[in-house]
Amino acid sequence: MTANDFFQIGLFVAVLLVTVKPLGAYMALVFAETPNRVTRFGARAEGLLYRLAGVRADEDMGWKRYAIAMLAFNVAGLALVYLLQRTQQWLPLNPQHFGAVEPGLAMNTAISFASNTNWQAYGGESTMSYFTQATGLAVQNFLSAATGIAVLVALVRGFVRRGADAVGNFWVDMTRATLYVLLPLSLVVALLLVSQGVVQNVSAYLDVATVQQGTQTLPMGPAASQIAIKMLGTNGGGFFNANSAHPFENPTPFSNFIEMLSIFVIPAALCYTFGSMVGDRRQGWAILATMLLIFLPLTVGLVAAEQAGNPALHGLAVDAQASALQSGGNMEGKETRFGIASSGLFAAITTAASCGAVNAMHDSLTPLGGLVPMWLMQLGEVIFGGVGSGLYGMLAFAVVAVFIAGLMVGRTPEYLGKKIEAHEMKMASLAVLIPCALVVIGTAVAVMSPAGVAGVANPGAHGFSEMLYAVSSAANNNGSAFGGLSANTPFWNVLLGICMFLARFPLAIAMLAMAGSLAAKRHVPPSAGTLPTHTPLFVTLLACVVIVVGALTFLPALALGPIAEQLMSISGH
Amino acid sequence: MIRLIRQALVMLLLMTAIVGVAYPAVIGGLGNLLFPQQAAGSLVQRDGKPVGSALIGQAFTAPGYFWGRPSATTPGPYNGASSTGSNVGPTNPALADAAKQRIAALRAADPGNTAPVPVELVTASGSGLDPEISPAAADFQVSRVARARGMDPGKVRELVAANTQGRQFGVLGEPRVNVLALNLALDRSR
Repeated sequence: MTANDFFQIGLFVAVLLVTVKPLGAYMALVFAETPNRVTRFGARAEGLLYRLAGVRADEDMGWKRYAIAMLAFNVAGLALVYLLQRTQQWLPLNPQHFGAVEPGLAMNTAISFASNTNWQAYGGESTMSYFTQATGLAVQNFLSAATGIAVLVALVRGFVRRGADAVGNFWVDMTRATLYVLLPLSLVVALLLVSQGVVQNVSAYLDVATVQQGTQTLPMGPAASQIAIKMLGTNGGGFFNANSAHPFENPTPFSNFIEMLSIFVIPAALCYTFGSMVGDRRQGWAILATMLLIFLPLTVGLVAAEQAGNPALHGLAVDAQASALQSGGNMEGKETRFGIASSGLFAAITTAASCGAVNAMHDSLTPLGGLVPMWLMQLGEVIFGGVGSGLYGMLAFAVVAVFIAGLMVGRTPEYLGKKIEAHEMKMASLAVLIPCALVVIGTAVAVMSPAGVAGVANPGAHGFSEMLYAVSSAANNNGSAFGGLSANTPFWNVLLGICMFLARFPLAIAMLAMAGSLAAKRHVPPSAGTLPTHTPLFVTLLACVVIVVGALTFLPALALGPIAEQLMSISGH
Repeated sequence: MIRLIRQALVMLLLMTAIVGVAYPAVIGGLGNLLFPQQAAGSLVQRDGKPVGSALIGQAFTAPGYFWGRPSATTPGPYNGASSTGSNVGPTNPALADAAKQRIAALRAADPGNTAPVPVELVTASGSGLDPEISPAAADFQVSRVARARGMDPGKVRELVAANTQGRQFGVLGEPRVNVLALNLALDRSR
């Protein structure tokens, strides 16, 4: 690790922390129960949308109705993305005349974008028309993120409300998340990205006569608008195949910083919003502290592994030492402008959050450098996680943590003034176990299937890592890949499509069910036996629960992949 | 239930109109108004004709030009229509083999140069379109370029320095040299 590596990480965290309170307080107003200066500002536009759609904004939905509305809306979005891909050859804004996307890939992509995963078994610049990207994929980037926020807000209302039979209105929560939070932030980020060189046009690809190469085709498209929400919505689906490593998608170190900040800014601020809504901001800071407690050491580990370089090049006449003139380290799959620090930090951020955008090829990370992103996903995407979904996943872990503490002292566990009983524990356990089970079973199925193994690109333990990474990514709605895996095959499209769908919607419904039962409970005033949940003790306990679940479930698999490869690497095989 | 499906469909269409049509159109309008050069791809002109983009690397193989990062795009390097990294894993023998070939090619083009090769010149970039190399990678190539052009190495080094960008705002990213800009400057200096 160089001093610059530490500085880049520190600078990022410092700037992130500055944004938490203002954005978190603003979102608390957006989702407040009573009208306020923020919601009055857009009330007329909102009202018009509700009238056109026949939505009664004052309808307070029970958790089941909320869940059905959420599902109906997301399935409709999924169907639209599928149809757009299948018919893009007849639709406008297709200057490269791309044909219809074949059904298996189109279905995989539709599930992928509706579930906030953005796994991509295609290359954007060689597959999707501008129309498909803007009105299909980018729209789901907004709406899947808004869905995550809506489910979170409903869950938080479950803690806040007392003796209530409803958790809010899905249409209102989704609309406000989109129009008050995601859209304004996207406008700012997209323009900043254009200023740095991200393209935004609908021109045909440009053929230029280059200095020596001959002809080069420069891809074009409405990229900046899509990349802004790709980051802010923790979606991660690249406009171009190389994602945020592509110079038209992430041209400068500043655009890279904006993109990294955009990934974390909403998940971090939602912690503050949560604390604000439950009337005790310390609760939100405690959750944020837990996330940072796990995120920072893993990030340092990743950057250190990449900076140490690849032993396979040690015997050769290669200079991989960091100096004032180069970042050195393991530069395979990395871009010069980002070097080690900005690539390693990005890799940790994008997998801690369920973003999945990449500015370096994760398949070419060192074994330990690749272990960190894989494990961050396997922890359940709760270290910041997806917008909304990261925090509701972490709250499920918090429920498990207070339950374990309750077992230790023999008292009925409580969290935020609500008794945690059998139903809440069942729902929280489902939220924790669904992704774990999908990863382990999905990887086992892939390893045992010739069609699964056929996709592997790299030999040995690394080939297993490619499969483990793919299923971990899909089953936690991340979307990044060890990109060597040939995933556009019927086997992988179906397996990963199932994982993405089951990881997203059953888990969200479990959280809404928990919200419903919590909302119906009365408030229990804290007593001498109540475990305070804003203290360093609880932060440590919660972090331990997350890590123990992740370690117990995945260490055996990790030992077969990255850990075995690391041992081979240092022993020179 | 029918009411719910209607709500879902109408809401989806309204949202698509707002964030799928109006929003990218606004960014397109404002982007082209405020940053027309960037929004159109940061094209670089020579003699009034575009010769590429400042942001997209090009293949240079002549000894008189600085070479960029190895590119793993197919069918050939620096294919702008199909960006990709190599996705070669760290212990894959193909990685070390490729590095050996690249070192041999650099040595063959510059026999007197025995300095260790900067790692960026033997490893493929993430996008396959990396427009830049580190100052170390540029420095390594000065002797070859100077000899091929019959130029004073000091003069070449001056051009490298003039085309070197430090960390952005002094803090972000890494110092770097834009290969296309440097090579165009070399051609102009003839």
